[in-house]
Amino acid sequence: MSIQNEPKNTDEEFRIKEHWPLVHLPKYLAVLGLVLMTINMYLIFLVAPTDIVLGHIQRIFYIHVPMAILSFLCFFIVFIGSLGYFGVFQVFKLRSIKQNTWDSVAHSAAEVGVIFVTLALITGVIWAKPVWGTWWTWEPRLTTTLILWLIYVSYLMLRSYARSTKQGAVFSAVIGIVGFVDVPIVYYSVVWWRSIHPSAVIGPFSESNSLDPTMNLILWFSFLTILVLFAYLLLERIALRNTEFDLARLKLLRELKRIR
Amino acid sequence: MNSSVIPLKILKIIMAKHNSGTAISIQGLKKSFGANPVIWDLNLELKWGKFLALFGTNGSGKTTLLKILASQIQADSGQIIISGYDQAKNPRAIRRNIGVVGHQHYLYDDLTCAENLQFYGRLYNLSQISKRINSVLSRVDLEQYSGWKVRSLSHGMQKRLALGRAILHEPAILLLDEPEGGLDQRSLGILHDISSEWTSSMRSIIMTTHNHDLGNRWSDNIGILSNGILRTD
Amino acid sequence: MNSIIHPLLIIIWKDILLEIRSKDTIISVLVFGALLAIVFNFALNINPRQISEIAAGIIWVSFAFSAILIMNRTFVREQEQGSLDGLLLSPISRDVIFLSKVLVSFLFMITIEAILLPLFAAMLNINNFSWILLATMVLTTLGFATVGTLFSFMAVKTRSREIMLPVLFFPIILPVIIGAIEASRGSFGIGYEPSWNRWLPLIAIFDALFLVICPWIFSYLVEE
Repeated sequence: MSIQNEPKNTDEEFRIKEHWPLVHLPKYLAVLGLVLMTINMYLIFLVAPTDIVLGHIQRIFYIHVPMAILSFLCFFIVFIGSLGYFGVFQVFKLRSIKQNTWDSVAHSAAEVGVIFVTLALITGVIWAKPVWGTWWTWEPRLTTTLILWLIYVSYLMLRSYARSTKQGAVFSAVIGIVGFVDVPIVYYSVVWWRSIHPSAVIGPFSESNSLDPTMNLILWFSFLTILVLFAYLLLERIALRNTEFDLARLKLLRELKRIR
Repeated sequence: MNSSVIPLKILKIIMAKHNSGTAISIQGLKKSFGANPVIWDLNLELKWGKFLALFGTNGSGKTTLLKILASQIQADSGQIIISGYDQAKNPRAIRRNIGVVGHQHYLYDDLTCAENLQFYGRLYNLSQISKRINSVLSRVDLEQYSGWKVRSLSHGMQKRLALGRAILHEPAILLLDEPEGGLDQRSLGILHDISSEWTSSMRSIIMTTHNHDLGNRWSDNIGILSNGILRTD
Repeated sequence: MNSIIHPLLIIIWKDILLEIRSKDTIISVLVFGALLAIVFNFALNINPRQISEIAAGIIWVSFAFSAILIMNRTFVREQEQGSLDGLLLSPISRDVIFLSKVLVSFLFMITIEAILLPLFAAMLNINNFSWILLATMVLTTLGFATVGTLFSFMAVKTRSREIMLPVLFFPIILPVIIGAIEASRGSFGIGYEPSWNRWLPLIAIFDALFLVICPWIFSYLVEE
């Protein structure tokens, strides 16, 4: 397996490429995110109608749902990044993407994903207690989300406990792939299991989702806000990781210059 | 000590036909561990029938180089051609042609000497396994310990058996990583006999060693690994 | 085909021979399994009416933990002795090496399960077995072995060797455990709708999927 992208000239290796999306875009996203979030909070607390059945606690739904959906998106990105790290996308233009970049993307997406899914679980639990009367129920979506959390926490653990950065990258890429492939299987097995052992709790998920149009609109806006937040966090983290790699590379080259 | 199964003459013909090029050809090899550029732009050419001794301080990359040649570690970049086969394209053919003695002995403690050799013989799909095993055991002077478990052998004897394991499939190239460590005079003699046998049958050897005297006496070529590259005489 | 089956059998036989000589893995895991059965009895305070409900769960949880132990032992020893490196030096394809490790783990696990099952049956007072139970055991254990071998290989190379395997293993293998419990529930209890025709295919698909993915991943992993 030959590794790609070794420049012939040593001096070329000192050049660090600056990508606009990574260097400048995050700043704009941060500002945009701040503005959107302010508007979002106003909308959620002052404009959104109070739910008849559930009361004010229902408002957490506007944060919970986008967090959950975006965390799934994050894990999909981890999957793609891990595949890319293994060299699956060595075609056309994608060939020029360095292996370390794929790793940056996967790692950053995993970190952001774990944050989002943790928040999704916490907001879910906060919502559940007043609404269902119980902190937790082994309902398919909740259970799968919990398993997802476990898998990606183990992804991050593996990176920490690996003996070298490279080993951490390779091993966690394995989890990135195996974990993602496994998630649909986990979901369906819990759904089937639930159908055999139905719980006494009938949650709001099981009711048909016919939302009040205002609520729908606010949900979409909230989704947009959190999407901007997600993009900002992800790009900032990727930029940071790339810098870490560049730093390691520079140290290597400095060491080389020293001994030659 | 011509007790090998394949007669020397036939072996020479096989080697000559096999390829007329060099035994090992390395170009632009690079390997770094984190911020440490262990090997950088290393070039090496080893001809058939030559014995190369590699010197270098601790951490200079001797073991790394050998592990890369044995395809145990992947290099970052560079081209390696062993016995005519490109390592990136045909690693399995290369593995069939190399015998490795490393820091670990690759033997199973709970099996006997004969059983260990039998396992590897079968794994390499060799013919006339029992005959080969007996021949190898007598060459490394472990014939009477054939039924002993590896666990109960002394360290030096385990190294001799490891050598036997490496030569069992009559490889074209021997890669020896500090094989002289812990060997007594007689064992060193055995090692020397085997390496002479190899070079006289037009097969090649690379040996890393800290023992400069030994390396100078036994080898045809000397290489010093420092700062990531090889200086040869 | 011969270049796959032949080396496979050689490696498997060697590992079996090693185990027969040292006997350390099988005996210690058997003792562990028996201890689990005893602890469960006190922890759950099972009365005869409830047994059929929880028997399947107890048995499969015990089997899963025993599987973890087996794989941990095998790979820690492998890592210490450098035996895998010896195999990797040989001209055997990486897939075959991986599959041979999977099959060896599978054989050890199924042996232990076969011995522990009557033990649990006696303690939990159950006595109807069927071929479905056997099929479940085979398929589930194959799943354990496949995923477990890949993860053990990774786990023993990290700094927290023994704890990394369960952390990686259980979330991924959950569908198989659920499937095993539900499929064998019909065998143990009375009054349970047999649902194995839904669960066994799930486990089979899981096995097929991972038997394809894991060797490929392993080949990549050993190149560095």
